[in-house]
This record gives sequence, C-alpha cells and structure tokens, in this order.
Amino acid sequence: MDPVLTRYVREPNGHTLDFFLQHQGYEGLKKALAMKPGDVIEMVKASGLRGRGGAGFPTGLKWQFVLKDTPLPKYIACNADESEPGTFKDHVLMERNPHLVFEGCLIGCWAIGAKVAYIYIRGEFYHVQKVLEAELAKAYDKGYVGKNILGTGFDCDIVIHRGAGAYEAGEETALIESFEGKRAQPRIKPPFPAVSGIYNCPTAVNNVETLCNVPGIVLNGVEWYTSLGPDKNFGPKLYCVSGHVKKPGVYEATMKTTLRELIFDYAGGVRDGHRLKAVIPGGSSVPMLLPDQLDIPASFDDVAKAGSMLGSAAIIVMDETTCMVWVAKNLMYFYRHESCGKCTPCREGGDWLYKILTRLENGEGSMRDIDLIASVAGNIAGKTLCPFGDAAAAPALTTVKNFRSEFEDHVREGRCTVPSDWRGWRVAAGAH
Amino acid sequence: MSFHPLMEYDPGRFHHSERKIADEGAPFVFTPERRAKLDEILTEYPPERKRSAVLAALYLVQEQEGYLTANGMRHVAGILDLTPAEVEDVATYYVMFFKEKVGKYVLQVCRTLSCALNGAERVTESLSEKLGIKVGETDPSGMFTLLEFECLGACDRAPVVMVNNEHWHEHATPESCSKLIDDIKAKGEAALSGCHLKVEK
Repeated sequence: MDPVLTRYVREPNGHTLDFFLQHQGYEGLKKALAMKPGDVIEMVKASGLRGRGGAGFPTGLKWQFVLKDTPLPKYIACNADESEPGTFKDHVLMERNPHLVFEGCLIGCWAIGAKVAYIYIRGEFYHVQKVLEAELAKAYDKGYVGKNILGTGFDCDIVIHRGAGAYEAGEETALIESFEGKRAQPRIKPPFPAVSGIYNCPTAVNNVETLCNVPGIVLNGVEWYTSLGPDKNFGPKLYCVSGHVKKPGVYEATMKTTLRELIFDYAGGVRDGHRLKAVIPGGSSVPMLLPDQLDIPASFDDVAKAGSMLGSAAIIVMDETTCMVWVAKNLMYFYRHESCGKCTPCREGGDWLYKILTRLENGEGSMRDIDLIASVAGNIAGKTLCPFGDAAAAPALTTVKNFRSEFEDHVREGRCTVPSDWRGWRVAAGAH
Repeated sequence: MSFHPLMEYDPGRFHHSERKIADEGAPFVFTPERRAKLDEILTEYPPERKRSAVLAALYLVQEQEGYLTANGMRHVAGILDLTPAEVEDVATYYVMFFKEKVGKYVLQVCRTLSCALNGAERVTESLSEKLGIKVGETDPSGMFTLLEFECLGACDRAPVVMVNNEHWHEHATPESCSKLIDDIKAKGEAALSGCHLKVEK
C-alpha cells in the first residue's frame, strides 16, 4: 500500500503549508465545508474509521453522540498526549505533517459544530509544538484557520495547549481535567465527554492519527477508504515498531498486514544472532504475544481474538536476552509512577506489585509471591475508573502466565539467569 | 500527648510523609515579557476559565526561577484567581515541574521498556559515574541534575536523554553521553542539539 498519512514525511519541506497545498492540502476541508455537517458525520460513520488512540471506538459514532441542541459551545480536543510506552506515531504526524492534523481538526469542528479545537500536546514534545505553532501561524495568515475560513463564513480556531508530563492525561476525561488546569485524574463516566467535556460542554476527544484519517475519507470517499484493510478495520494504520529490531520506526500499512510481516519485513527482524522471545502488540498496557501467535493480521479485531489488544499499535519486540521478570518490573515501575492516585486499587496495588516484582527480580522472592502477583493484579484490573487499572495489571499478569518458569528460576536460583548484553551493571535506582 | 497508653507520642516515627514543603524562594514577580506572554496565552481560553493557563504559567515560573518556588506559585495563584493550594496541587502532580532547586542542565534519561531494551540502564549508570552523582541528585557545582524519566515517545531512537525538558539526544550511548557532558561544559547551551529527525518508511 502507498502510504497515505506518511507519504511525504521524508520530504525536507514536507511539513510546510506550501508543500501541503501542492499535494491536495485542505482539499478535504473545502469539500467538507460544501457538505452539511450531518453528512460529514454520516460519511465518517460509513467509512468505519475507528479511533487510533487505543480503544478503537468508531469515530463517526463519537461525533454523532456530541449533543446537538444545546446553547453551550462545543469543542474538539485533539489528544496529542502520546504517552503509551512504545508509541511514537503522532510525533511523526505532528512534526512532519502538521497541516493534516489541522485539517482533521477543522473538519471535525465543522461536523460537530465546534468553533474551537484544542490540541493537547504532551510537554515533552516541545520541539514538535514549535513546528505546530509556526505552521499554525501560517495557516491563520492564509485563511485556512480563523475567521471566515475559505470564504464560507465558518469560524474556527485551533489552540495548542502544552501538558506537563502525565501519562494519565492520555485518558480522555483526565485530558479534559488537565486541560482545565487541574490534576490529570479521570472523571466518572457517564456523563461522557460528548455530553459534558471541556468546561462541562459537549466535547469530542480524538487522537491525532484519527483526525488525520478524516481529510482522506472526505476527499477520496468512503469506497476508497473501505477498500484499504479488512472488514471493520479499514484505512491506513501507523505501526510503531521498537525494541530489539534492526530498523525501529513508524510504518504505515493496512490492517491486513500480519504482526510477523511488520516485525520481520518492515522492521528488518530481530537483531542479528538473536531470536524472538515475546512481542507486545499495542503498547505496554496490553497482554504479550508469543512468537507462534504472530501470524494474525494486525487489526483491532484479530489481535483481540488472540487475547491481546491492538491498542496504539506500538509493537515492542523482545529477544531471548530479555528477562521477563525484569520486563514486568520495568513496566510496573512505570505504572506505579504514573498512577494518578485517584482509585485505591491502582494507586496501592501498583506499588505492591512493584515491591513484589522487585523482590522476585533480586532473587529474594518466594514461590508464594508468584501467586500473589496474580491475586493483586486481579484486584486492580476492572476495578478502577479508567482503563489504567487494566493496563497496570496486564504486564504482571501476562508475564506470569507465559513465563512462569522464569519467575520460579529467580526464586530457586536467587538471581537472574538470563544473560543480557544491554542491562546495566547494577539496577538503576529510580529516585524521583 | 498520645492516644494509646503504651505508645509514646512520636510524630517523627508515625507521621511519615514524603511530601516536601515547597521552597519559599526569592520574592517573585513575572518579568514584564513573561507577564505579557501569559496575558497572551490567557486570551486563548474563555475569560472565566483562566485556570486552564495554570500549566503555562507554571512553565513561565520555572523558566524564570529554574524551579517552582512557593512565592512563584502564589504569584500565579494571584493572577489566575486561584488559591495557592490549588496551584500547588497541580504543580506537584506533573513531573516536568521541578519542585526543588535543580542544576542548570537537567539530564533526564528515559527508562521505560523500549529505551531500557536498548541500553538505557547503561546510559544512566555511565552518566551517574561521569558526574559523580546518583539519580535524583545535583552535582556540587550546581551544573547538572540527573533524573530518570518515563517514556518520552521516541522509542525508535532509543535510548533518549532529554535535557532541560526540551532538547532530546537520541540513540544515546555511554560514549555519546560522556561527550555530551564535555560539550555542555565547554560550550554551554550551544551543545544542546535539540531533536534530530529520523523517520523510517
């Protein structure tokens, strides 16, 4: 498949407005503004576009749920808080194709009747934010954003809002809280953001990649879009392959592509002299897959059937030098650190799991600890307000399920028995 | 006094709190340029929703003072019509705000899975050795602070070291980091190269 979203990312001037306009830039917006907002939503619904942030919820439905008859203003919140470990696709899109993001935001605003789109970008992407701001200023100058866009009388502003380092802000209600200048902690749903989001007004929260898909759908039509990819998983998808592969990077493909192709053909395979041990198919929050489970299309539905999730399509590859107890501990440190602290199971359970895993990794654990992991993790998953709880439990649960013998080896030997050529001499102490 | 007949009253023993009281710092007022910048940012939000600008305001405090002081947070609270507690509540949540004095150059090594699989632990250790400080500490000259950071979203360029919350150094190795430290010592800000672009198709 020819790349759609990332076709021009390697062009030196690919991110500029002039280049964008020469390559069908803002054509989708022109077409959308000539349509009725309701028809745009119907079109996105018919295209079957699913949210690229992780949950895979149909975008058209999300837009349709946004309250119509209300005196309150409506908002699009573009979720550019890309924090899921292993994910770096939105980074590329925003840095190398910023106008596509703006175009998607504007079409979204037209569809749901919003006058402002807020792009919530994570604080660490400051260099990306500078690109976005420079290009946004040019788009304002040329009349693609702002008052009376393209002479149609449609007013729409785009505002870039910088976050300050919080994984939890990637969850839609936490993003809204953070945007309002509070701690990024999730809200109780319902009401969903479509009814009560930013400033308690109807809001559609969409991932960057999702919005980038919209201009293509409007411009090239539903049939073109549904011809890409298998049933119910249409359209181009960005995959982020990282870890022990030869060519880590962002690869665009349809969701017909199998995980094995992505790892071995696109990313060049596991580094020389090593063999595959495990793969995380959708960011650190999803269960792992083993090498014999990779011959499935990397689509939302097929990966779910295999017992995992496509999530944000962040494929982390690990070879045989990777100690799975260490992986669980490394990820648990992340979840313990990033837990927002609102729900007790995740706040306390994350810390307990980290302590148990540290004990095991240091060779000071007991066989009982291995079962304790499953018990504690089982009491986090599904018992929190947001999906963070499930995410925090997943690494510990799947490593124990798939690699129990390694945990037992740690207990028996009193140390890690997996030789590795990239680990530190002593475990770097996390002291925040 | 104690509420238990057998226990002595010992707050030092029973009331552990990792929470640090914010450093007072010097008396704080935004410089006119920063104040103007904040006023400009405030126009992006509805007038009754000034609170949305709290992160932006705190970034400006950090830019001016190097870290967030209690005086700085109070000043922000005054401008945004918040209580100082509300501002501190936000400030202590986000990891990109430094709550205590840090060095001129803050080195943050990404330690999450993809970076760790590519040797981030060794990078952290070599930096720690080179600077003679542990993770979380500032060297005696007040030049460098070494921290670990959670996923920076650049796993294709792992491992990544972020300097001062904005400059990324990618594909870090113990050698390249050693050179980075030497360069910063020699050239200062000019040694920070920002983010190199590398996109695979």
